[in-house]
Amino acid sequence: MTDMRVSLAGVELKNPIVVASGTYGFGHEYGQFYDLSELGAICVKGLTPVRRDGNPPPRIAETPAGILNSVGLQNPGVDAFIREEMPFLRQYDVKIIANISGNTPEEYGVMCEKLSDAGVDLIEVNISCPNVKAGGLAYGTKPELAAEVTEIAKKHASVPVMVKLSPNVTDVVQIAKAVEEAGADALSLINTLLGMRIDIHTRRPILKNNMGGLSGPAVFPVAVRMVYQVRQATKLPILGMGGVAKGSDAAELMMAGADAVAVGTACFADAYAPLHVRDGLRAYLEEAGLNARELTSTVQPW
Amino acid sequence: MPYQQDCTVLYLRALGEKAYEMILEADGITEEARPGQFVNLSCGEGHLLRRPISICETSGMQLRLVFEVRGEGTKWLSERQIDDQVNVLGPLGHGFDVEGRRVLFIGGGIGVPPLLWAAESAEHADAALGFASENRAILLADFARICGSTAVATDDGSLGLKGNAVDAARILLEKNSYDLICACGPAPLLKAAAALGEEKGIPCQISMEERMGCGVGACLVCAVKLRDENGEPYYGHVCKDGPVFSSKEVVFDD
Repeated sequence: MTDMRVSLAGVELKNPIVVASGTYGFGHEYGQFYDLSELGAICVKGLTPVRRDGNPPPRIAETPAGILNSVGLQNPGVDAFIREEMPFLRQYDVKIIANISGNTPEEYGVMCEKLSDAGVDLIEVNISCPNVKAGGLAYGTKPELAAEVTEIAKKHASVPVMVKLSPNVTDVVQIAKAVEEAGADALSLINTLLGMRIDIHTRRPILKNNMGGLSGPAVFPVAVRMVYQVRQATKLPILGMGGVAKGSDAAELMMAGADAVAVGTACFADAYAPLHVRDGLRAYLEEAGLNARELTSTVQPW
Repeated sequence: MPYQQDCTVLYLRALGEKAYEMILEADGITEEARPGQFVNLSCGEGHLLRRPISICETSGMQLRLVFEVRGEGTKWLSERQIDDQVNVLGPLGHGFDVEGRRVLFIGGGIGVPPLLWAAESAEHADAALGFASENRAILLADFARICGSTAVATDDGSLGLKGNAVDAARILLEKNSYDLICACGPAPLLKAAAALGEEKGIPCQISMEERMGCGVGACLVCAVKLRDENGEPYYGHVCKDGPVFSSKEVVFDD
């Protein structure tokens, strides 16, 4: 019998499958299809100190084996989340990861305090959203800024802090090391890759925001590479993500170094994707005679 | 409650120049479906995103869809064979509320199909339908069967009135009274239908369209600018808050 349990910065997940922020709302929608308690953790839609309306539409474009999005962190604000969404999520036996974005390091601190008090299990600090002008990606591409945000988040959070890294950098390891030194408890990667599509008939970008974040199977090899590189350079637990659509993808990302794996864009094609990934991973582990936590970092590089 | 399931293609044929009619066996989905809702269809391995298609009508376990080939996904759908399986997510969204009402339906092009079932459900229905030209006209016999009066317009005048669906609606409004307008079609048509409702003092429900992701309200991409109770604009979402909105809620961009 395969033991599917894994630990992410001291938070025990019943299985390694997490749903990725921004693809799963606050759980209501996909909760119509299956019991949310089946998941290891839910990473909720990115939160900001006050409500954000997001970017004008169109906000999505299909790409080969992927999508571009430019939602722009539309969310009701951290207080409304705590008041209106936490009671719903708490009905389920599933870990709750709050994803936060701020315009200043101080804003990250305020949100960390509120969300820790509200009883989330883990906080994912988003320093890598490509769709907002202030904060977001800027913090994720400069090691000293990433470290500053991490320090403040750590100071104000009483639950583990996981920092979400951007792939839109030359050297992801440099950022990973900076946030590790600043006290991060875990890392998650990758966020979306900045991309663009143009309608050749209208000569207009398909996204009203012109550019957006690429996700889906197209980015999977980039995720595997970055998780592998970061695993070699830091000791922090890693939540791996980026284009995971099936059990073998999850196994591959764990082999590269992930302790747990998030499923995101795949949900849009298959509402049951997180459960299908989990079941596929379990079948692989059973055949290999391994428990989930034994798979991490087992790649044997040439 | 929506379902995600493989459905068997029972029937598929071309309707006019660009549209196709597909009937799927969709037990469960058809029991839950209401007029004006939509389904999100998988369109083969190469396409990550499902394609939202409005429900034309249901009959028992049969789900009738009419869609236009716009790109590769809908082309894939149009090439299915009888007995093939298509994965369907639905029914999704909020539809029209027409029960017990005298309704004037205004449909343009591929916006016409979702009005059919709503017309069947209304107390009394008349329809003003607009198309690019005669060879693009669809579902005229169905509307003639259900509606008291039907007025047709084409952009080039090759069938009925030369003009659009709102021009045709004005003719029906001269002779009849309605307590609701329901419209579906391109954005300029919806805006004109909303203005017509405003002018005549008739409430108007419009079915909106936007590039969609999940179809269930999780990804927030299909934003539509709405007005809250204080008149402040905000972004709602076509898939979950709509696709049918009261025209008073919607902010039309110029």
